Amino acid sequence: MDKCKYDWPAAGERSLIGKRINRIDGPAKSSGGAKYSYDINRPGLLFGKIYRSPYAHAKITAIDTSEAEKLPGVTSVHVVLGVGKETNWVGDEIIALAAESEEIAEDALRKIKVEFEELPFLVLEENLEQAGDHAKAAGAKTAGDPAKAFSDPDVVISEGYYGIAAITHCCLESHGNVAEWTGDKLLTYSSTQNVPGLPSQFGDSLRKQGIDVADKNVETICNYIGGGFGSKFGADEWGIHVAQLAKASGKPVKLMLDRNMEMEAAGARPSAYARVKVAAKKDGTLVAWDSHSWGTGGPSGTGMPPLPYVLQIPNSSTQHSSVSTNTGPARAWRAPDHPQAAVLTMCALEDLAAKLNMDPIDFLSMNADLAAGGRGKIYKEEFQIAAELADWKKNWHPRGDKTAGHIKRGMGVSMHTWGGAGHNSSCNVTIHPDGSVEVTMGSQDLGTGTRTVIAIVAAETFGLPVEAITVNIGDSKYPPDNASGGSTTVGGVSASTRRGSVDALDQLLAVVAPSLGVPADQLVAVGGNIQAKGDASKKITWKDACAKLQVKSIQATGKHPDRTKCKLGDSGVGGVQIADVSVDTETGLVKINKMVAVQDCGLIIDLKTAESQCLGALIMGIGYSLFEEKFMDPITGRMLNNNMEFYKLAGIGDIGELVVHMMTGPGYDERGTVGLGEPPVISPGAAISNAVANAIGVRVPTVPLTPDKVLAALAIK
Amino acid sequence: MRRKKKNLRDLPPNAFSRRDFLRGAGMAVSTGLLASPEAATAAPEHSPDVLGPAAVPITLQINGKSHHLKVEPRVTLLDALRNRLDITGAKKVCDRGVCGACTVIMDGHPVYSCNVLAIEAEGHRVETIEALGTERNLHPVMAAFVNHDAQQCGFCTPGFVVACKAFLDKHPNPTREDVERGLGGNLCRCGTYAGVREAVLEAAQTLKGGRANG
Repeated sequence: MDKCKYDWPAAGERSLIGKRINRIDGPAKSSGGAKYSYDINRPGLLFGKIYRSPYAHAKITAIDTSEAEKLPGVTSVHVVLGVGKETNWVGDEIIALAAESEEIAEDALRKIKVEFEELPFLVLEENLEQAGDHAKAAGAKTAGDPAKAFSDPDVVISEGYYGIAAITHCCLESHGNVAEWTGDKLLTYSSTQNVPGLPSQFGDSLRKQGIDVADKNVETICNYIGGGFGSKFGADEWGIHVAQLAKASGKPVKLMLDRNMEMEAAGARPSAYARVKVAAKKDGTLVAWDSHSWGTGGPSGTGMPPLPYVLQIPNSSTQHSSVSTNTGPARAWRAPDHPQAAVLTMCALEDLAAKLNMDPIDFLSMNADLAAGGRGKIYKEEFQIAAELADWKKNWHPRGDKTAGHIKRGMGVSMHTWGGAGHNSSCNVTIHPDGSVEVTMGSQDLGTGTRTVIAIVAAETFGLPVEAITVNIGDSKYPPDNASGGSTTVGGVSASTRRGSVDALDQLLAVVAPSLGVPADQLVAVGGNIQAKGDASKKITWKDACAKLQVKSIQATGKHPDRTKCKLGDSGVGGVQIADVSVDTETGLVKINKMVAVQDCGLIIDLKTAESQCLGALIMGIGYSLFEEKFMDPITGRMLNNNMEFYKLAGIGDIGELVVHMMTGPGYDERGTVGLGEPPVISPGAAISNAVANAIGVRVPTVPLTPDKVLAALAIK
Repeated sequence: MRRKKKNLRDLPPNAFSRRDFLRGAGMAVSTGLLASPEAATAAPEHSPDVLGPAAVPITLQINGKSHHLKVEPRVTLLDALRNRLDITGAKKVCDRGVCGACTVIMDGHPVYSCNVLAIEAEGHRVETIEALGTERNLHPVMAAFVNHDAQQCGFCTPGFVVACKAFLDKHPNPTREDVERGLGGNLCRCGTYAGVREAVLEAAQTLKGGRANG
């Protein structure tokens, strides 16, 4: 393909891209100066609270808010779900109110009287037979001839049951907003992954509620967000309530969810369980797959995870049942459906490898060419690197640690895939006469390093240090980027910033070319100067060059995608992870000794924040593999661990040694950017479960691998 | 009539304190970070005056400045800081003494400010993240967090930085195991612990260098 003017600089010409660079908002965050939506205090601010259903399924028969309304300091009470309506999970919203202080708002909640008629409910889904009419067929697929393949007398068949529990996102900054009206204009400070998309969501929903507000009169600001992980794309019911309360009260209102509601209603990754049968020839060649999977994502059930995962086994049949439960509704969770698919597939494959007496890395490598998109070669390379970093050859043993004592050590492996193509994005790039540079874009930084990526791309293009770039994001009035989901942000923002920066630079080069006596197309920006290509004697400093603009700034717009054929990014990544664990067979406790992540993601803009994504994903993965589960009580329908005391996240002492290796250089860099936020969080569940099976010689069927389940598995060994 | 307190040890045993309640309920991880064990067992010197339920005037010493405010006795130090004084570095996350995002330093000890009542904090020196450094003048712990990318979304970070600072004040030469034990009372969702481990060890060196060089 022809060289395009927006192409990424070649490897030898990059001064910033691909280096380890500190995130530019690090000082604001570590000093406590970063203002999150939760931190916004406006003059006259009121506090909103929500009265929520105590029942998993009930009909509202009476509501009396009169005592709450009479309480001094209460400014507005708004019934969300009226008499005759049904609540469908514990935590479903019934009444929203605002008051002059959080304490008064809490008092007001206690004065509300609601009567319910309790209705039958289901909150547990692991036992499909007990789900009754909550379970519905939700898809079946067949490829090749699985019946024939399984009946071949020369194949080895492994059958098993596997699963992964529903977990909650547990964002540290709970969901919520501050809403403030000025006349017919609404300003929201929202904790959101979707700055550009919220105004129209607010507008739509408020108009349906009888508040006539034009989308263009809604502005959403989110400078910092305390975690999203896929759960913060919408204005959400509570966002609409707070806008209504602010309208009715005539004052700004802050409504951030209390922790129990955050855990019950604002985050849920669907569960997945499956009975799996898988077959290979005696040499390890995979030939057939059969699975019946099910799971729940709350009232609307859940779809089938992509099974079998990564490897397209030639003869396969899959069927799925969706179980609707009276639990908080599902939200996208980092790599939706993939961690589930990895557990259901990679655990089944490891059990088959054990039956074949094969090293699972040899087994997966020899079948890696079944991966879509011709990625087998990359996986094989990644398996090899991961094995070296984990000292696999030395530490792996056939199933069951045969050494004496009650501490058993094991190694497990998994592989994963993701798309990650850049989303639509636009930005303004401005060069000011004083030499300062601004990139302005209606995007958001979830903590992945989006601000930093934008600054690096602009700085690289202008030959300036990262600190020279001011990045303005987090406001819906800026040129629209897109929601940050699906690992699409880095591809979008880097491409739009690159295009805008190249076009802005072209304008500046045209201005300075006459004074240097060099044609503009023979000038480059490098090292804080603009100079002739290959002749550093003809140069002007960036500052002097910009001074030639006198009073008029240069402005250029960058878009992704645009009409040029320049390819700045790609889709499709993979990775391999290895877990090294010790299991105490007396207590059932699993301890992580070491995790290794090998990951490709095309051209890396900032190696430091890229590695942080993988490290963070490993830690989050350790959390959901060992500790995290929404415990639902079948008697009351409540989530028993709706707090951070009993819903366990991994702590700093739980993570062992973590090793991250990013695939870079030839074969990767020329693909351009591909998203990274999600893929490395997919494999930990399967890798850790496989390591535990390798240690203790028996499969613990479902994740999380809590001590009770480990001991139960050992008991029936 | 208001109770005058010189320090935590003067608290009568029957004074309402969520911190003591939670300690009794077996908050093993968090107590490691909280006030010294003797504070919990100190003998009472007098019975408590009854405060509230209406708002009472108090003076809080925060970051070297006196703040006069009126709060109901049930208001936590965290809510007083965030909702009344607009000091928002300490974050409200678990609101029950588990996650450490609200950590502040009281009389030299790290405490969960969601587990301290504002009226209890009267008469004590309270330092929040804002006192340790600023974006342009980073405390060595903050600088180490930046260098080791010990932050992603950053919501747990101020609490972590304060806890690290207080930890290093007492353990200037920590091993990695010390760090994992001493900072077990702070939780992160993005998974920044690997960076935190490195950052604490680097900050220990920087702070030691600073002390050695006067």
